[in-house]
Parts: sequence; structure tokens; C-alpha cells
Amino acid sequence: MGVRRRSGTFLLQVNPILCDGFGHCAELAPELVTTDEWGYPIIVNEPVPLANAAAYESARYAERGCPRQALHIQRFSEKKPR
Amino acid sequence: MIAPNTLPRLMHGASDRPLSLSQHESTFGSSPLSTSLLEELEASGLTGRGGAGFPTAQKARLIREQRGHSKFMVVNAMEGEPASHKDQALLSANPHLVLDGAEYLASIIGANNIAICVARDNPTVVNHLERALHERSRRSLRGPRLELHTPPWRYVAGEESALIHWLDDNESLPQYRPRRPHILRIGHSPALVDNAETCANVGLIGRYGAAWYRGLGTPENPGTTLVSVTGAVDRPTVIEVELGTTLRSILRTAGADPDPLAILLGGYGGTWLHAKHLDTPYNNAALKNLGVATGAGVIVVVPQGACGVVETQRVVRWMANESARQCGPCAFGLPSLAEDLTHIAHASRDADTAYHRLLERCGVIEGRGACRHPDGVIRFIRTAIEAFAADFDTHRRGAACAGSRATRHYASVPSLEREDELVWE
Repeated sequence: MGVRRRSGTFLLQVNPILCDGFGHCAELAPELVTTDEWGYPIIVNEPVPLANAAAYESARYAERGCPRQALHIQRFSEKKPR
Repeated sequence: MIAPNTLPRLMHGASDRPLSLSQHESTFGSSPLSTSLLEELEASGLTGRGGAGFPTAQKARLIREQRGHSKFMVVNAMEGEPASHKDQALLSANPHLVLDGAEYLASIIGANNIAICVARDNPTVVNHLERALHERSRRSLRGPRLELHTPPWRYVAGEESALIHWLDDNESLPQYRPRRPHILRIGHSPALVDNAETCANVGLIGRYGAAWYRGLGTPENPGTTLVSVTGAVDRPTVIEVELGTTLRSILRTAGADPDPLAILLGGYGGTWLHAKHLDTPYNNAALKNLGVATGAGVIVVVPQGACGVVETQRVVRWMANESARQCGPCAFGLPSLAEDLTHIAHASRDADTAYHRLLERCGVIEGRGACRHPDGVIRFIRTAIEAFAADFDTHRRGAACAGSRATRHYASVPSLEREDELVWE
């Protein structure tokens, strides 16, 4: 797991071209991802603080568990907010 | 040299045949490539004419600062918008002005390749360009290599990342770009993509300088632009106007219906504007307050008595068919938006339900595609709901308005390949 950072934020992002709507991310990270009527993910738009360890954990699960490897986690340090 | 503050600039010396290289040089003067081209371009305040309206100098500087021995300059004359004819008109009048501009931009960024992209479905323009390139190659072989590329015509094939994808890998599909600005690359070489009209403007700025260029237009949006006017007009035309002319005088010049119901600005990914705003100047600075933009320079005039719902539905149905089917929200979302609009247009029993579902789906789909194709369709629908509020109300009450039974339509769309099914697979 490495060093756990408490400052900064992260954002789960999906590559919509790779995504085929398997829906694993909505199962693995229900606090971040919901699905639309066609089964494609709708991901929380605002950066989530890294201090929210549970959300970060499930984002990592979703990233690992995506069958199309379409998800990635974008991390932002606190000095440069979006 | 063209006198300052006179109007035909881009279409100067236009006749029924494109100007040959010698005619071009006697009309516009030979091209003195000044060393301060990028400064002139920055001082001129030229914005891109392909739809986004991004400052050209800023984009060129971004690519200039990239490292790499080989770079590409790509001229985008794909003209995906069915209602737009400006690139065709420009390349059929002054092809060498566009090529000059492309050479100036290539020298700014240090490109050794220029790719000119025209849809292969338009053989007239392909012929004109082949002839122009032949004339140039006979004159001198120095400078960057000019190449003509002819991708197949599709709505999204003219999107810049799809065009680069075609040049790179022969697939006209948009690419995923999570971070902006994104440097598009052909192989490993950075590429600058500019619209053909933008290149023609650069061709003028490189010759006559920024001060001359600012002689027409407003301080925020200097220069002139080409506008394709279709719909309720005597005959569809491409006219060159000064940026800042009012919409009403543009319509008068084009011979359009003087008292329309609404106009479509910017193309099929663009925005509807109600006719009460017709005295607004035609430039992005003034139109931004109304939430609209000039886009790709398209104006479609819809007269009184036509049904805005039916016009919108036909365009959205075609746009849904033109999706590249890469992203789920676009591939499935746009056909369902078109289906909702069909329910409203037929004023069936569930028209009101379909209306609310349409608004909800617009919010869900927005911003979730790899390119801006779905966002453009949603902007189109939202502004249609504003501009044609009366028509939408009538249809939601279950009574189709009189205009929706008319057989004449104003926003023309190419025929669908498969009318009955919109979704692949």
C-alpha cells in the first residue's frame, strides 16, 4: 500500500472509449460511481479528499477490477487545485 | 495588395474558377515571409474559424514549444457540418491563400510536413487542390512537403483528434484526451490542426500584418469571416462579412426571409437563436451574453410557420446516426434523445413524459463522451427548447402544430443510411 497520504484529493476517471458498461465499478465503488440507464458509469465529478480512506480504497478496487481497464485515478496535490 | 477596410478579403478576386498561382500572386502580391510572424499573429487576435474559436497564436505557440525534429501542420477542410459550405467556397476561389497560410503556420511551428485534408466525397474541391499543389510543386521544391489527404466524409471525421487518428492510423475516430491542452501527435510528431478559413486569414496576416487585419471587425473579434446561409433563403450562399455586423444585415445580404422564426447559429452542434435577438452583432463577444456562439459560421433560417420541434428532431436523429459509437453515453444516449424528440414531434400521448425524460437524459449524457459530439447535440436541444418554447408547449399538450405537417423542412440533413434502426450492434 505504501505511504498513506492525508493531504490532497483524487478523482476517478473513466476512458469512455474503452468502457463497455460491465458495471463492476458501480459494485466496487458505490460511493463514487452510479450507472445510467444503459449501464455506463456516472462518476462523482468533484475531487474527493484523500483523507477519505474508504473512498480511496474502493476507487483502487474499482481501478483494479475494471475488466476493460478503463478507469484510472487522477491525484491532485493540495498546492495545485484544479 | 488589398486596400485596408475593404470587404472581400478572403474571397478577393473570386471568379467561377480558382485562381492559379500566378493570378494569385498578382492579386495578393508575392509573399514576404516576415520573421516576426508569430508576433504579428498574436497582435492580430485571430481566433479559429472551425467552431471552437480558440486563439490561433496561442495554439501555434503551444506546438512551437514542443520538442521534436519533425512536426505536422494539418489543414482541416473536412467540413463535417452539412449546412456549411465555406471551406468549399474558399478552396474553389482562393486555394493558394489557404496554402500560403498553411506554409506560414508551418514556418512558425517548424513543421516539415503539411497535410491538407478534404473529404473524398467532394471531388470538385479535391480536383482544385490537386491542381493547386501541382502548380506549387512545379514552381519550387523547397519548403515543407505538401500532401493531400482525402478521408471519407463523416460528421465526426472533421473533429481534430479523429482527423489526426486518420492521418496516423487510417481510422477516423475521435481519441480520448483526459487532460487539456492535449498535444495531438502523428507517430511521435506533434501536429497543429487549423481550419482552412483560419489558414486563409493567416495568409493575409503574414502578407499585410496585424494592423491591416484589425482594420475590419471589433477589437475583441477582428477581421472577417465566411458565413454559409441556408434554409429560408432565395438560394443558399456563402458570404464574407465583417465580424460585428448585425445578424439582420447578414440575412438581408444573403437574401433571406426578413422576418424569420428563429435561426440556427454555428452548425448542427450549435445553437438556436430566437428572432428577437436578430439585432445582435455577429461575433463571439456579443453572442456569448446570449449563450450562443458563431461556431463554424453556419446560419440556417427557419421561417414563421415552420415547426421547430420537427426541425430539431430531424437534425438530432441524423446526429445520433453520425455518432462514432465509441462511447456508451453517445452511442445509446443520442438515439434515445432522438426517440424522445420523435414522441414530442408526433405529439403522441406520452409527449409530456418524453419531454421530461429528454431533459433528464440531457443532464445525464452531458460531458461523458470522448469528444464533444454529444455535448453539441445537447446544446442544440437545450437552445431549441428555449427558442421554440411555444412549439414545444403545443406539442406537449398533445396537439401537433400546423407546421409539423408541412413537407418542407429547412435544416437539411443528408439521408440516413438506415432509417429504421439507429443503433448498431
